[in-house]
This record gives sequence, C-alpha cells and structure tokens, in this order.
Amino acid sequence: MEVVEISRSNAVFRLKYDEKLVGNPDTGVLHGGAITALLDACSGAAVFAALSEWGPIATLDLRIDYLRAAEPGRDVLAHATCYRVARQVAFTRAVAYLDDEADPIASSAGTFMLQTKPGGRK
Amino acid sequence: MSLVDRLSEAKRTGNYQGLLDAVPYSRLLGLTAAIDGGELITTMRYADHLIGNPALPALHGGSLGALLESAAIFELLWRAETIVLPKTITITIDYLRSGGPVDTHARGIVTRHGRRVANVRVEAWQADRTMPVATAHAIFLVKPEAAASS
Repeated sequence: MEVVEISRSNAVFRLKYDEKLVGNPDTGVLHGGAITALLDACSGAAVFAALSEWGPIATLDLRIDYLRAAEPGRDVLAHATCYRVARQVAFTRAVAYLDDEADPIASSAGTFMLQTKPGGRK
Repeated sequence: MSLVDRLSEAKRTGNYQGLLDAVPYSRLLGLTAAIDGGELITTMRYADHLIGNPALPALHGGSLGALLESAAIFELLWRAETIVLPKTITITIDYLRSGGPVDTHARGIVTRHGRRVANVRVEAWQADRTMPVATAHAIFLVKPEAAASS
C-alpha cells in the first residue's frame, strides 16, 4: 500500500497488485479483506489530513459495499474524504477503483474517534 | 485443484485447512479454522505485519476486517448444503477495543440463509471472549449466476 496524494481532508492510496493478496486463486481476484484494509487506511489518512490538531484516532466503524470484482492483475486505488470533523468524531467516505472514481469497485463510509487515550481503547 | 473442488473436499472431510491454505490472502493473514465445542472458530495467528499502529501496538483495522469477513464466509460454507462460494455484498465492522499483538479468534453466526442472500454476524476476540475486539455483520450473495453486474 502506498500514499499517492494527501491534501486537505483527502487521501489517495494505491494498493499494488500482489499475488499474496488474492482471494480466489482460480481467478486471481483480490480478497475483499485487502480492499477493506486499503479503505480503512486511506480513510484514516483523510481524517489526519482534515485535522488541524493531530492526536491519536481510532476507527469506530466502517461499512464497505462491494460493487464489483477488481480485475485481476491491476493495482487498486482508493480516494477517501473526511467530510466532517466534529469535536470527538470524524466522518469519512471513500471509494476503491481501478481507473475511474466514478466507476468504483467498492464504496465505504467510516467514523473515527478523535483524541483517543494513549494505550488504545479497552 | 480448483477452489470449488477444495470446498467439496473440505465439506466431505470436515477439515477446512486445505481450503484456507489455497487462498493466498488467508495464508498472509495466518488463518486457521477448527471446530471447537460445536463451533467453527477461525484464528488469525499473530504476526508483526498485522500491526497497524506500532505505538500501542494495535492490530490493523484491515486485518481484523478480513478476519471477520473470512470467519463469516467459513461459517456459511460449513453450514450450507450447496457448494457455492459466497460473494460479499456488504460488511459493516464495529471496532470495539484495540487488538493487541496476540492471536485473534472469530466466529460467525448465520442469522438468515435465504435462497439468494445470507446474513451473518461475526465476533472477534483475543484472550477474553466476553470482551470482543470487533464485531461485524455481512450480507452475501449465495446463489450462483445471481451476481449482478460483476
């Protein structure tokens, strides 16, 4: 996974195609979990991009809709936007796509807790 | 051996490890599955590359999500009569507690298995099953040829 771009409230990540990430060895299609990981990381980065003051954050929930299978062999891009930062919670939307954001392979919505305590949530 | 053949074999023998090992991402996550007290428990063996936040350290949300999704699929495969690989439509994960650098277990419960669609809820825990690190609910397409615009 690599960062392509981070700008105000937005993050773009690239997941390079790797055989280790395959879900179905017969087709070579990436596992949904790899897309989940990509969207989670990219959304978290978008939250950081939107914060004026950095502190620890933690994902509260993440919903992922799988729209269509990713063509095997291709890198997957994700673009996340943090569209609202409240006092304690931040809200994100993201899409995973191959070539065109308007034709995504997956779509997600996430919420993140801000200023979580050191040591994580217990 | 194709994945579907491995699935038939797994259902016949009751041993799903061959199926798990055939999926590269399952190998990357270090997944094993075993029946314990009548439940199918999926375990993600701890490994350094599963960590997302090294400062805590805490498991990556993506690894947990993948474990939950995998456990849901295995439960469906174990329970269902038909030999069909479920297709995830949607999954929602609630992250409850930081996952530490130890093994994580997960178990799915099929809340509804219809002719075309199945609903599964999943829980993941580490040392204490009463304090889950994450839960999820997922909806799968379970009928072949019903996949929409793939």
